[in-house]
Amino acid sequence: MKLVVENLTCRRGLRTIFEDLSFSLEAGKGLLLKGANGSGKTTLLRMLAGFIEAADGEVRLEGGDEELELAEQCHYVGHHNGIKHSFTVRENLEFLGGYLNEENAMQHYQEALDTFNLKGLEDIPAGIMSAGQKRRLGLARLVLVKRPIWFLDEPSVSLDVQSVEILAGVVTKHIADGGLAIAATHVPLGLDVEDELVMGMGR
Amino acid sequence: MSPFITLVKRDLQLSWREGGAIGTALGFYLIVVSILSIGIGPDLKILSKIAPGVLWGTLLLSALLSVDRIFHNDHEDGTLEVMAMGPLPLELVTVAKALAHWISTAIPLVLIAPVLGMFLNLPAEGFWVLVVSMLAGTPAVSFLGAVGAGLTLGLDRGGQLLSLLILPLYIPVLIFGISTMDAVLVGPGAFSTSFSILCAITLVTVVLTPFAAAAAVRMNLQ
Repeated sequence: MKLVVENLTCRRGLRTIFEDLSFSLEAGKGLLLKGANGSGKTTLLRMLAGFIEAADGEVRLEGGDEELELAEQCHYVGHHNGIKHSFTVRENLEFLGGYLNEENAMQHYQEALDTFNLKGLEDIPAGIMSAGQKRRLGLARLVLVKRPIWFLDEPSVSLDVQSVEILAGVVTKHIADGGLAIAATHVPLGLDVEDELVMGMGR
Repeated sequence: MSPFITLVKRDLQLSWREGGAIGTALGFYLIVVSILSIGIGPDLKILSKIAPGVLWGTLLLSALLSVDRIFHNDHEDGTLEVMAMGPLPLELVTVAKALAHWISTAIPLVLIAPVLGMFLNLPAEGFWVLVVSMLAGTPAVSFLGAVGAGLTLGLDRGGQLLSLLILPLYIPVLIFGISTMDAVLVGPGAFSTSFSILCAITLVTVVLTPFAAAAAVRMNLQ
């Protein structure tokens, strides 16, 4: 499996965010997006995930599941956690599992709880949890629903040192298992990835 | 369970859990109709004459109160992004959410309407046609509302703009909803003529608006 980005250009109004961006990423590799605030890391990730239409160029997946769209083979973790505050941890994960992966919705439920230290919080409404706990719940869908490609935009926000280590471990394992991950982050996540892409160099 | 049903179930659960939407809509409906009937006074003839218009018009306004919730909350906490990565195309996500809005808000409003009809001295033969015509017309209210909710997603205080955008589109539903009732209450004209047109409006809306709403949501997810 290989994610290929060719001559990708993003324009917002008259402003060009990036131009002629090309790279490819094979299964089992990670890519770290670096760059100053406003250099287009989030824009690139949202474009890869299919939220923003490219002005030019294309994103394609070679050797993926032909039956599924690219978006259905990706996880996008953005600035928002994507959880419902009036739902408990269990209900949040039940929905995410049931919606994103109806056949074995709860197969990885225990694993997701264990990985992100959410044991004992299952029946607590997400709204009264701390920011870090909410973030961990938001990240739990990475483990709950298996998808080969991860786009992570500042995934470590509001996580404590220990949780950042957990996250780094999860991402490392995902890559080792033959997945792909692209992460934008300012802090050293401890990600074991060789490639780095520095945004905003063209300007 | 299919992802579509999972989504409808989730939205119903949320609207029940968060409560405010149904309560506000029902309370608003009750209060506005009471205020109008008190303001107009105890002339039973006038009251029963204006009953269909008051009940229908206020129903549309009450339903509108909660329409912006169809997408707004999910956009704010990022769950809409998760849905966009799911197995359903956004068009079907829109259908599921509008359907959940109809079940959770419009149906309770329709069920309370006959009670309010008594305030307004609605003639006895008007009650069944009130409920039937409202059940047929309100899906259009939720589905048109979803378009407005999608368009005003990224805006602060989008609710006010939403009313301006969507209320004019409710007028055909209002006209044929009332003419369905008039056909039974005062005549002339047959119930089936107006009612068929009302159903047609709903069906066309249900089929076409998901595309518009999904396009609006896509634009706001950029």
